[in-house]
Amino acid sequence: MDPLMPPPIKRIVVDREPRVVDPPPGAPGNGAASPGALAHSPTLRRRHSSAVAAVERMEMRELSIAYGEKVAVNAVSLPVRQGEVLALIGPSGCGKTTLLRSLNRLTELTATARRWGQITLDGEDVDRVEVTHLRRRVSMVFQQPNPFPMSVFDNVAYALREQGARKPKRAALAPAVQDALERAGLFAEVADDLDRQALRLSGGQQQRLCIARSLAANPDVLLLDEPCSALDPISTEVIEQLIVRLREQVAIVIVTHNLQQAYRVADHVAFMYLGDLVEYGPVDQVFHRPVAKRTKDYVGGAFG
Amino acid sequence: MAREPLVAATASGGSPPPKPERTKPRESPSTWPLVDRIGLYLCWAAGIAMCLVTGGILAYMAVRGVQFLRPSLFFNSPTPELDQSKSGGFLDPLIGTVLITIVGTLIAFPIGVATAVWLNEYRRPSGLARAVESGVEVVAGTPSVVLAIFGLIIFQQSFFGFLSLTAEGNAVLGRSFFTAGAMMGLIALPLIVGSTRVGLQQIPNHVREASYAVGKTKAATIRRVLLPSCRPAIATGTVLGMGRIIGDTAIVVILLGATLQLQSVGEVPGLSTLKGSGSTLTSYVYNNSPAGEGQSPGKAYAAAFVLLLVVVALNYAVNRITSREAPQWIR
Repeated sequence: MDPLMPPPIKRIVVDREPRVVDPPPGAPGNGAASPGALAHSPTLRRRHSSAVAAVERMEMRELSIAYGEKVAVNAVSLPVRQGEVLALIGPSGCGKTTLLRSLNRLTELTATARRWGQITLDGEDVDRVEVTHLRRRVSMVFQQPNPFPMSVFDNVAYALREQGARKPKRAALAPAVQDALERAGLFAEVADDLDRQALRLSGGQQQRLCIARSLAANPDVLLLDEPCSALDPISTEVIEQLIVRLREQVAIVIVTHNLQQAYRVADHVAFMYLGDLVEYGPVDQVFHRPVAKRTKDYVGGAFG
Repeated sequence: MAREPLVAATASGGSPPPKPERTKPRESPSTWPLVDRIGLYLCWAAGIAMCLVTGGILAYMAVRGVQFLRPSLFFNSPTPELDQSKSGGFLDPLIGTVLITIVGTLIAFPIGVATAVWLNEYRRPSGLARAVESGVEVVAGTPSVVLAIFGLIIFQQSFFGFLSLTAEGNAVLGRSFFTAGAMMGLIALPLIVGSTRVGLQQIPNHVREASYAVGKTKAATIRRVLLPSCRPAIATGTVLGMGRIIGDTAIVVILLGATLQLQSVGEVPGLSTLKGSGSTLTSYVYNNSPAGEGQSPGKAYAAAFVLLLVVVALNYAVNRITSREAPQWIR
């Protein structure tokens, strides 16, 4: 696929009710889409009902996180299901990134951070899982594309090469690397030269490489922290399609500032405000029939 | 609709087109206050003077150096002869410079990189980290002659006898490539630490976290991601440190003996040379110039020219390394 050409827009959702494909009311920069323009509407949802039933993989119970005296996440309980995309939305500083980072215990890197409550992965408390093992199962992709300064192949193989163990041969790793690159939708673009420097790729390719790197260890849960905020619209679209495709293989949690993006990719949305979980529910409910007034104001663009 | 070209309008005899608005011409310094003008001219003068001085040194050393430079100088050991036509060349000092640079770099490189990594990535306990930081700063600011005297005291202890010549009666000489190299390592160390730390600081934190997030430990992250990322920075610091070692004289005179020829100690080839004393190009220049002890300015000029060429080459190497692309991430 030519990375410079926009991929064909796939109409995945065929919904009779125009209300469903409407943009979120008053969503910024989107304008009002008339029913006739729906086919080309940028808010066309990519998700479709998942082929597999959603399975609960992670659960947060009364999760609170504080940095020093400042409470960043306040008693949040949320499920994370495989077969679904969970989007965390909310204004800056509302604790959604902190929540995401706590899922694979990256918050522990911050000296002042403290955590209460319980997070389970397949019923097991994450505190009882050895941390490097946990992070192989709950992998994370960051806001900025950050491939390591090595070849494309080595980037993807990075997670596969166990520490201390004898170096596996390249040929032994090649199938897994190719599989991860294919799942991240990057293989066709880099297949001719897997030895090129990863940092020479375009921004969108770098971010998909980071996703491939995270997928290489076959994680159960994939955490995405605003994965498209540093990317152009075309790369964003490619990655959004990728997220929707991947959700059947791994449970996906995505933090996004972009309401339309949440609307496009998510099945469930959690709206957070100042550390509190204000509303959690299916995407249609949160965007069209929000229960809480704050949610209504936020998705309606009253504040942000 | 295309606009009519201006040329056509003037050619057809119409009124000339209005003068296009131009941005203001650059403000001339002649309109500046006197103080600012004087300041500007002083800046100019300083820059040009700098170029003139450098150019002057290079040109003068080139003229005088080439005048006395003979290929035979590179292949003959210096000998104690009053007749300058028989006093040999600077083969031994040249070898000495190479040896002392290698020994010093081999000592400074691992310690410097390790110190920088610890200071930037671990820093626990923080009091110790601050102590290490000021320690490095103190070493960087200490004149090398002080380090040399200190080294001489240390390495003359009988405990360090294995590093140099032990005279009869168990008096340890304390002068060898090992002991001088150790102190040379100390003067190169701060440059390597500083440069490596700058390299590490330029790696954004999310790159480290990305490595942790696929289940890698801190040690693996440092080895596989961080150190390869700041390779240009480490190389720059190392080359700068080598330049310091090559240019140092005090440590050579005090700790290497500044003997005319390499003097081996012991029987093991290689090791015997390193345990022995010798000289470098810097001490050779000093010992041959009339300003020092010698009476052979010609040979001093020739050696000084070679020294200058080596340093210029190192500077060029630093420029090449720093211009090489270090990995760039969005912060």
